[in-house]
Amino acid sequence: MRAPDLIRFASHAATGNPLRSSLLVLAVAIGVAAVVVLTALGDGARRYVLAEFSSLGSNLVIVLPGRSQTGGFNPANAITGTPRDLTINDAKALLRGASIRRVAPIAVGTSEISVPGKLREVMVAGTTSQYIEVRHLDISQGSFLPEEDWGRGAAVAVIGAKVRQEMFGQGSAVGRLIRVGDRRFRIVGVLASSGQGLGMNTDELVFVPVALAQAMFNSNTLFRILVEAKNREEIPLAKAQALEILKLRHEGEEDVTAITQDAVLATFDRLLSALTLGVAGIAAISLAVAGILVMNVMLVSVVQRTSEIGLLKALGATGSAIRLAFLVEAAMLSAAGAVMGFLLGQGGAALIRNFYPTFPAFPPDWAVAAGLITALATGILFGVLPARRAALLDPVQALAKR
Amino acid sequence: MAEPQIRLAGIERVFHLGDSEVHALHSLSLTIMPGEYVAVMGPSGSGKSTLLNLLGLLDRPNAGSYVLEGRDVTTLNPEEQAEVRSRRIGFVFQSFHLVPRLTAYDNIALPMMLAGVSPKERDVRVNKALKDYGLEDRAGHRPEELSGGQRQRVAIARATIMEPAMILADEPTGNLDRATGDEVVHLLEELNGRGVTLIVVTHDPGIGSRSRRQLLMEDGELRRDSAI
Repeated sequence: MRAPDLIRFASHAATGNPLRSSLLVLAVAIGVAAVVVLTALGDGARRYVLAEFSSLGSNLVIVLPGRSQTGGFNPANAITGTPRDLTINDAKALLRGASIRRVAPIAVGTSEISVPGKLREVMVAGTTSQYIEVRHLDISQGSFLPEEDWGRGAAVAVIGAKVRQEMFGQGSAVGRLIRVGDRRFRIVGVLASSGQGLGMNTDELVFVPVALAQAMFNSNTLFRILVEAKNREEIPLAKAQALEILKLRHEGEEDVTAITQDAVLATFDRLLSALTLGVAGIAAISLAVAGILVMNVMLVSVVQRTSEIGLLKALGATGSAIRLAFLVEAAMLSAAGAVMGFLLGQGGAALIRNFYPTFPAFPPDWAVAAGLITALATGILFGVLPARRAALLDPVQALAKR
Repeated sequence: MAEPQIRLAGIERVFHLGDSEVHALHSLSLTIMPGEYVAVMGPSGSGKSTLLNLLGLLDRPNAGSYVLEGRDVTTLNPEEQAEVRSRRIGFVFQSFHLVPRLTAYDNIALPMMLAGVSPKERDVRVNKALKDYGLEDRAGHRPEELSGGQRQRVAIARATIMEPAMILADEPTGNLDRATGDEVVHLLEELNGRGVTLIVVTHDPGIGSRSRRQLLMEDGELRRDSAI
């Protein structure tokens, strides 16, 4: 049989029973669409999280007090027991690191912010002028905290976009006076809206000089020190230098933890990639189910067309020609299903992106390819048994059946 | 003397129905010359159809030899047998056996499609066949849109399109009324007149009497052969 004839014959056979064929195509399509949409969701989640973390600022090393590694016994442990706190001077010392470009200490606490007639509880972050560059934040009005001695601080504050909105509405905020706790600050700047990062929403923060924040909360410790490496390649160096400097300052004990953004990102990347893969696997089950359906439908079709198969044999069709005709039919049906499922899936992903513009629900290429190939492969694989059965039919008995 | 077209010797065909054995054909020997017109008659279950299936290579004997055109065909593998069916044998069935989803044109073209004849060649031959059998205006109709006589004419056109050496017809008039049946018989006889061997299984004594040779089957055995 010539290839075009084979294809024409198989497509005639497929369209000869439109209900059966369309149901089968639908089953395969749902399987492929499930793979495409679910992996789009999984991969979208991964991209979303990575984008959120990237907004923290690049080349970042975060230093926090406390140790996460097990170390040897040190006589100092016996005396102090608890790890030493991070101080402003620690932060200042980090600037000596050769690979460290900027350092921004952070001290946080909650307090009340008030303007005449309005009162609100806010997170107050004490930091320095470098913070805005380390975090790559934008100022929408005024300027960030001024460059000054870290140990002292002018009574100025920078507020987040949401704080501004709630305290001042549409009115201008720069130059206005606010009360935070029992201190008065003059607003010098408003941050542009940025969203979540580092577990704190900068839109809802009030930034004041670090020395004033420590005074307000009556402590001399820091919550974090943000360290910016000179460039991406020097992140590990910057991390090592930061740890070394702090170890020296803490009497030889490494009692701080430094995490790099890359490590955090890589962890999330791995985690969410695994999630996407798992979701793809679950979706693939529906494809396997569709494959079994292909087999079932083709088997029924062989029974229904028994007398036709007998006739074809009488007319000189070889067993292999009949096998091929059924295989081509199964392949065509699953290919149609795969294409339809691909379009459905892409449409579904587009719909999700339409409703949640911030969520990058793009199916990864590998998942789309795997979905299409699996659909085709299962269709053909599960078509083999019915095709074999058709080819092996006894023509006499097949013809006798009406 | 010319080479016989068909030579059956000591053919046995046994079916197993549960525990019992049914001898559908028993020590059957038969020679048919090219161009003969043979009617196979006999009561139901006498082995007529089994004989026809065997001659058409749709069935294999349990014992005995079948030499078709000087070639022992019982030893051929299924693919080779399919090739012989394709080139040398045309089937006409009582219930026509047209493919319902295909048009008359495509039904007639089917054996050529299976044999891999080029579409151009196919078109020429199908159009000629449609004309010869008076089906020109029925080419695009599906079997369900054709009358019984037209269906059987399509089936005969299909059986002859590969220009086989013999036509095996199993009760070709069984599903037709008298007049249409006669028409079909005439068509088959016309083919026979052009040298095609015609073997018809029939209950119809009318056809039986028209044929030049009658075989009477009973209980799987050849009871009477008018040629002997």
